[in-house]
Parts: sequence; structure tokens; C-alpha cells
Amino acid sequence: MNLFDVIGPIMVGPSSSHTAGAVKIGNVCAKLLNEKIARADIFLHGSFLATGKGHGTDKALVAGLMGMKVDDPDIPHSFEIAKEQDFHYSFQGIDLGDAHPNSVKITLEGISGKHLDVVACSVGGGRITVCEIDGLSANFSGDYPTLIVHNIDQPGHVAEVTSLLQHKSVNIATMQLYRSGRGGNAVMVLELDQELPRESIGWLEHLEGVVKVTYYSPMEEV
Amino acid sequence: MFHSLEEIKTRCVEDNKSFYEVIALEDAKEQNCSLSEHFSHMKYFYGAMKDSDLQYQANLKSHSGLVGTEAEKVRKRRTENGLLCGEFTGLVMEKALRVSESNACMKRIVAAPTAGSCGVVPATLVSFQETYNTSEARMVEALYVAAGIGGVIASRATLSGAEGGCQAEIGSASAMAAGALVYLMGGDANQIIHGAAIALKGLLGLACDPVAGLVEVPCVKRNVIGAINAVSSADLAMSGVFSRIPPDEVIDAMKNIGRSMSPAIRETGAGGLAATPTGRKIAAKLI
Repeated sequence: MNLFDVIGPIMVGPSSSHTAGAVKIGNVCAKLLNEKIARADIFLHGSFLATGKGHGTDKALVAGLMGMKVDDPDIPHSFEIAKEQDFHYSFQGIDLGDAHPNSVKITLEGISGKHLDVVACSVGGGRITVCEIDGLSANFSGDYPTLIVHNIDQPGHVAEVTSLLQHKSVNIATMQLYRSGRGGNAVMVLELDQELPRESIGWLEHLEGVVKVTYYSPMEEV
Repeated sequence: MFHSLEEIKTRCVEDNKSFYEVIALEDAKEQNCSLSEHFSHMKYFYGAMKDSDLQYQANLKSHSGLVGTEAEKVRKRRTENGLLCGEFTGLVMEKALRVSESNACMKRIVAAPTAGSCGVVPATLVSFQETYNTSEARMVEALYVAAGIGGVIASRATLSGAEGGCQAEIGSASAMAAGALVYLMGGDANQIIHGAAIALKGLLGLACDPVAGLVEVPCVKRNVIGAINAVSSADLAMSGVFSRIPPDEVIDAMKNIGRSMSPAIRETGAGGLAATPTGRKIAAKLI
């Protein structure tokens, strides 16, 4: 978080948490999928469910998934634009339990059949947190380039990833490790100070024991 | 970002720097850019704030029809010298309405700290500049002061109505604006953080109860009270009136009050004004 999260963003109203934050969540999800979206199923929780319509949260999420930025004047017209572009989506309510009141679960399917489940929340002032990816904990803001590696919980994977980053002169801003249980599914989430080249991600994907590699770049366009 | 207003004050004294410099230098360091780059970015945001005031269309109503056209009524009364609260406060009132009504009409605004509270900081700062012909650079410095105070509130408590109620949005905006006004009037670091604390204290416990869940009723008019409260709090601090509860503890109190608030008054549109017979009737009509 920096000063321009407090003064800012410059955005189309009416709500920073329910409109701008929702655009950003959509945007981050689209970038995480990293291919054209064939279908998006959107599940609204808490305040997003209760007051989302009035704030245009639904339109904002779809706008973000289509790549619009928070100050795009077309946000109010995203449903019409989605129709023109043959972009399919659905909305439902969900109870995510203890999750932040402004939470949403988004299930994406890419044109190649690639699948992605994200739970994210809008924490105020247009800032967001991605809380879960494919059922495993994550915790990042979408403000930094972010590398998410799903792997089998076994020795050596953290070293492989950090060695690669050292080799590419990429500095780690934050790093978190989660696992479902000893020897089960594990995930590492790394926020980076520099961008990681796409070919490095391909290299990681081919490592034994690595299940899935997801990368988010705040700079790249959807 | 700082976690404590006292810490900013201490740094001002230890480093012999102004409140604005301490905040700006810290953030420029964190973002790995020069102070002048950072400053021109902040200047751009101040420009966008002025635009959000200028773009106001007197005849425009929000999609629901609940808000819009009110700022123009205040302008008329103000130019007829009909306002009890005087010229400067009247201008602040009018601008708070102009910017927050524009937000409800899906215009481009600067969230400061949120969109629902976007009228408070520009109303106070732009009115000050227009009244006292303050230089643009000095105004940008004041915006840094506001941002620094908001950063501490974000770090210790929250800026989200869904988490902390309206006190977290309008209350925080009011505290930010109060500190910025004290800075503009030449107050020292202690006066700045006490101006902010007095403003926040006055709005503690404020519910987030928007009718039909829209950022319209009562949000637009609450921008007025947040802005006016900032003006009086800044004047209090400049007069040498201080908060008996230290500023950081006031922020912690805001966080605790937010936690004990029922979800019905935390942006769910289920309680407070939203749950009144008329509030429900409006909601039913809109859905």
C-alpha cells in the first residue's frame, strides 16, 4: 500500500470498494488466467451480494474481466459490450463463511479449457486482496508482479524457485507458503519487485512436482 | 507508510523536516522514485480533484434520481449572501456536494480515501486555494499531509465502510482534510495530528446505512458534514485546542467501534436509514 492508494485511485464512481475494487478483481483474475476467457461464473458474497447491484459491482466485475481499467467511462455499459463481444458470464450468491464482507469467488474457463478458481476481496479504497487460488490460500494485492506456484509438498521446490529468481535478478518483496497437509498440495506466493520473463514460467512448469504455475503482471494488458 | 501519527510528528522534529516532507520522502523511498517524480504524480492527483469539482453539471441526476442538482441550490443561496455559515464554509459545503453528486452520477473522481467520501478533501482544499490564492505547490503539500494521515488510519484501522462503517470513510476523510487545513494555516506537526484527531472523534460511531445500498443517501450530504467538521476541527487545533485522547488512540478506538458495529450498519443496506419505512420503499422501487 502507498499514498496513492489513500489519495486515489482516480476512478469512475460510485464506490471505491464496490465499483473500482471490483474492476480490479476482474482485471487480476483475467491476467491470472492468461488466455481469452470463454466463460466466467461469478459468486457474490456478503455486502457484494447485498448491495452489489446498486453499486454496479456486477458491471464492474465484468468490465474488469474484459480488461477495462478503473477509470474507463465504459464501465457502466460493460454488459452491453460483453454481449457484443460474445463474452459469457453468470451471477449467483454464495456464503463464503468468515470471508471479508466484500468477497467474490470467480470461476474462469479459458478458450483452451484452462480452469481457474479465485476468491478475492475488496478491502477499501479500491485496494484488493486475492485470498484463494484453486482452493489453496494465497494473499496478495495485485500491486506487484506475483508468482504463484502449486507443487507437491516435498523438499527443494522453494530453492528451485528462488534460485531461478536470483538467476534472473528478480528481488522478492514478500513470500508466503501454504499447504493442505504434509506431503499434500502446497502453494508458494511471491510478490516481486521486477517482472519475471514468461519463459521462466514455462521452465518452472516443467519441473517435477510442480503442478501449476500462475503469474500476474500489473503491467501487461489483458 | 507510517503506522503512527506520533511517529510522523517525532520524525518532523528529529529530521527537522515539515510534515509533508516526512511523508513524501518515506513514500518516494518505498516506491523507489525521486521526490520530484513523486511530487508531480501527487500534483496530477490534485489536478484531478479540481477537475472533479469543475465537471459538475447542475442539471444532472443520478441513475436512481435520488441525488443531483443540490449543489446548485447552495450556490444560489451562497451568492445571495443567504447562508448563515458564512462565505468560506458555504463554499466548502457547495463543493462537497458538487464532487459527491458527480460521483453518484458515475463521473470521474479521486477516491480520497474512498469514492463515497470523495467530496471532503477537495471541498476543503480547493475552497482554501480559491479563497486564499494559495500556490499549487503548497496545495500539493497539503494533499500529502492528508494522504499521510489516511495512510496511518488505513494501517491501524480501516478505510472501508463495510469493515468500519461510515466513520471509516467520512470520518477518515474529515481527519485527513482537517490535518491538511492545519498545515495550510501554518500549524505545527502536533496541531496537524490533533486537528485530525478532533475531526475523527467527532464522527466516531457513524453508521454506514446507504438507502438501497447506493452511494447516494445519506452519503452525499455526509460529505458536507465531513468537510465542515474538518474546517471546525482545524480551527480548534489552530486555536490551541487539543484532543485529550492521543491521536493514534483515537484511530484505534475507531477500529474497535467498527468491529463492534452490527453488519446491518456496515454497508449492507440492511440497517439504519436504509431500514426506515421510506428507505425500504425507495429500495423496493429501485429493484
